[in-house]
Amino acid sequence: MSLTHYLVLAAILFSLGATTVLLRRNAIIVFMGVELMLNATNLTLVTFSRIHGDLTGQVMAFFVMVVAAAEVVVGLSIIVAIFRTRRSASVDDVNLLKN
Amino acid sequence: MHTLTALVASLPSDTIGPATETVETGTLLVAPLLVGIPLLSAALLLVLGRRTDRWGHWLGVLASSAAFVIGAVVFVNMLGRSEGSRVLDVDLGNWIDAGAFHLNAGVRLDPLSLTFVLLVTFVGSLIHIYAVAYMEHDADRRRFFAYLNLFIAAMLTLVLANSYLLLFFGWEGVGLASYLLIGFWNYRLDYAVAAKKAFVANRIGDLGLIIAMGLMFATFGSVSFDTVLGGVTESTSQATLNGIALMLLLAACGKSAQFPLQSWLGDAMAGPTPVSALIHAATMVTAGVYLIVRSAPLFNAAPDAQLVVVCVGAVTLVFGAIVGCAKDDIKKALAASTMSQIGYMILAAGLGPVGYAFAIFHLVTHGFFKAGMFLGAGSVMHGMDDQVNMRLFGGLGRYMKITYITFGAGWLAIIGFPFFSGFYSKDHIIESAFVPVEGAPWRAWFFGSVAMLAAGITAFYMSRLFFMTFEGEKRWTNKADGSHQHPHEAPKLMTWPMIVLAVGSVGLGAFLNAGNKFVDWLAPVLGHPEHEEPVMPVPVIMGLTLALVAVGILIAWRRYVASRVPVVPPVGTSLTRAARVDLYQDTVNDVLLVEPGQALTRSLVYVDRTAIDGTVSSVGRVTVGLGEIARRFQTGYVRSYAASMLLGLVVLVIVVLVIQI
Repeated sequence: MSLTHYLVLAAILFSLGATTVLLRRNAIIVFMGVELMLNATNLTLVTFSRIHGDLTGQVMAFFVMVVAAAEVVVGLSIIVAIFRTRRSASVDDVNLLKN
Repeated sequence: MHTLTALVASLPSDTIGPATETVETGTLLVAPLLVGIPLLSAALLLVLGRRTDRWGHWLGVLASSAAFVIGAVVFVNMLGRSEGSRVLDVDLGNWIDAGAFHLNAGVRLDPLSLTFVLLVTFVGSLIHIYAVAYMEHDADRRRFFAYLNLFIAAMLTLVLANSYLLLFFGWEGVGLASYLLIGFWNYRLDYAVAAKKAFVANRIGDLGLIIAMGLMFATFGSVSFDTVLGGVTESTSQATLNGIALMLLLAACGKSAQFPLQSWLGDAMAGPTPVSALIHAATMVTAGVYLIVRSAPLFNAAPDAQLVVVCVGAVTLVFGAIVGCAKDDIKKALAASTMSQIGYMILAAGLGPVGYAFAIFHLVTHGFFKAGMFLGAGSVMHGMDDQVNMRLFGGLGRYMKITYITFGAGWLAIIGFPFFSGFYSKDHIIESAFVPVEGAPWRAWFFGSVAMLAAGITAFYMSRLFFMTFEGEKRWTNKADGSHQHPHEAPKLMTWPMIVLAVGSVGLGAFLNAGNKFVDWLAPVLGHPEHEEPVMPVPVIMGLTLALVAVGILIAWRRYVASRVPVVPPVGTSLTRAARVDLYQDTVNDVLLVEPGQALTRSLVYVDRTAIDGTVSSVGRVTVGLGEIARRFQTGYVRSYAASMLLGLVVLVIVVLVIQI
């Protein structure tokens, strides 16, 4: 199996994640989309690492995972906080930055 | 500070006598106090305010009288000097030192300035005394005296200056005092408007003086009398000299209410009567004559400008006389007469060396008899509950004996009744006007006839004024509040100044004329004019003038004593109707100046609003519009932000790829 397939899969996953972020209203689902995009990126990094025979990409993937873990903590807590005050997890209800 | 430096005599000897000497020691050093004392008094009265209400008017009288005493001391000192050393400067040190412009302030003492000093302080002091009684019931009497003192100080600055710039300082000062005093009762809108009108008309003249000074500086490098008047030579360009002279004439026209800037003087009668007597008859309005006579060497070298001066004088002379014939307001009739008499002076000043001394001679006698008549008019108003309409007077001579006699003296003087003051001064001017001018024989005949004819008209309108007020049957009605009118003589404080001025109206002319005293006195400044024969023998001129005067009196007698004077003015001929509204001078001014001026300002306001403001606010509107569009992208929806980020990313990638390919 050619390494190109991994790249195509990563592109598909990334597109799915992006679509989820753009189209879904539920903050949790949007978050899952973000995670999906991050992991698609990881897959790309690892694949390229493999193609070039260089470990840098794999190290980068670890970094992304760490950052994603931290981000999940912060993001989820924001979502919980918003849910507590506004009784809603819809991202469209959170539009106080408007205008 | 006072360095004894006899200035180098660079003056042409045929026009000006001796050179100017600088005074270092002696009595003459008191001269600056002439200005200082009235100025200090005015400042005190204005700064201390109501605290000085009880005695402020006496301080004013004292300051003015003190100035007269100093003037007299200087005068006596001057008489003790030889004719060759009567032109003196008291140096007051460096005044302005800017680049190429150096100017020392200084007091010029010579027969011409001293004549004015004595006239201003003497008549001024009498009018101060008169005003103590006249303004007795006015709550602001102290302020009135402060302004009067300010006027005396400014007028003395004007005549004592030794440079055009210092003269201008006084020139503006008298304009300010005139404005403040015309509008003294400025709670009346028309009085305040009259004050503003006088101020604006004067500003036009002031502009002339400023331009003249600019030209002097450009041509002679200084604005002091010595440099400018001594610097006029054969080689100075005629165009420049004419320009300077005409600008000086413009200044004189503004200040002296000469055609075409005469319209303010009639309205200036809104001021209290002592002001009309002092400022708008005896002294300030004659400053224009002073300016021209002072600048004699300039005018002598600019014959074209001199012709204009004569024309302006002749036009105003006739203009004022015609207006004077139709006015029913006693003060306005006197104002028209002032305008006309100053026309005589300007005419004489324009005639050149033959006329200068007579212009000043008439100025002095006029100062006495016209101030006397204004004070008389004030006395009549005082006795008649501030009535000014002569059609509602009549027969007042029986009730106010002193006013009647003193006013009568002024009347006989102004019409040139033999051996009264005006007879001598006016006769000299008419004779000088008949003196032939080389190369223009028409001028002697034309201006001589105008001057002579105007003497006849003067006799008519002044007799009309006198007869309507003091002769005939009484025509007055009840006061405004319905009570009976009781004409009565004024208090002694008012009658005494009138008596003194009446004595001057009777005897001053004969006294100064005897032995050519006055002309000789002025000779150090104006030179000895060569005696020239008029085109007609002098006795013929005198006889014709007196005949015209007699005719004028006779017509006035027939119309205003022998027949009834209608209380309601008759419709009259078109000339009468025109003269009642000052020959439409206000209408002409409105059409030619005021309305175009207003149209111009309105169009400028329009341009400002539409073009300038429009540009600025449309820049603002465009910015707001752009912001409005940019605002729409800020929806607050996280998803739309994410979409735009993604879109941007995709576009970037595409661009990068396209560039690579």
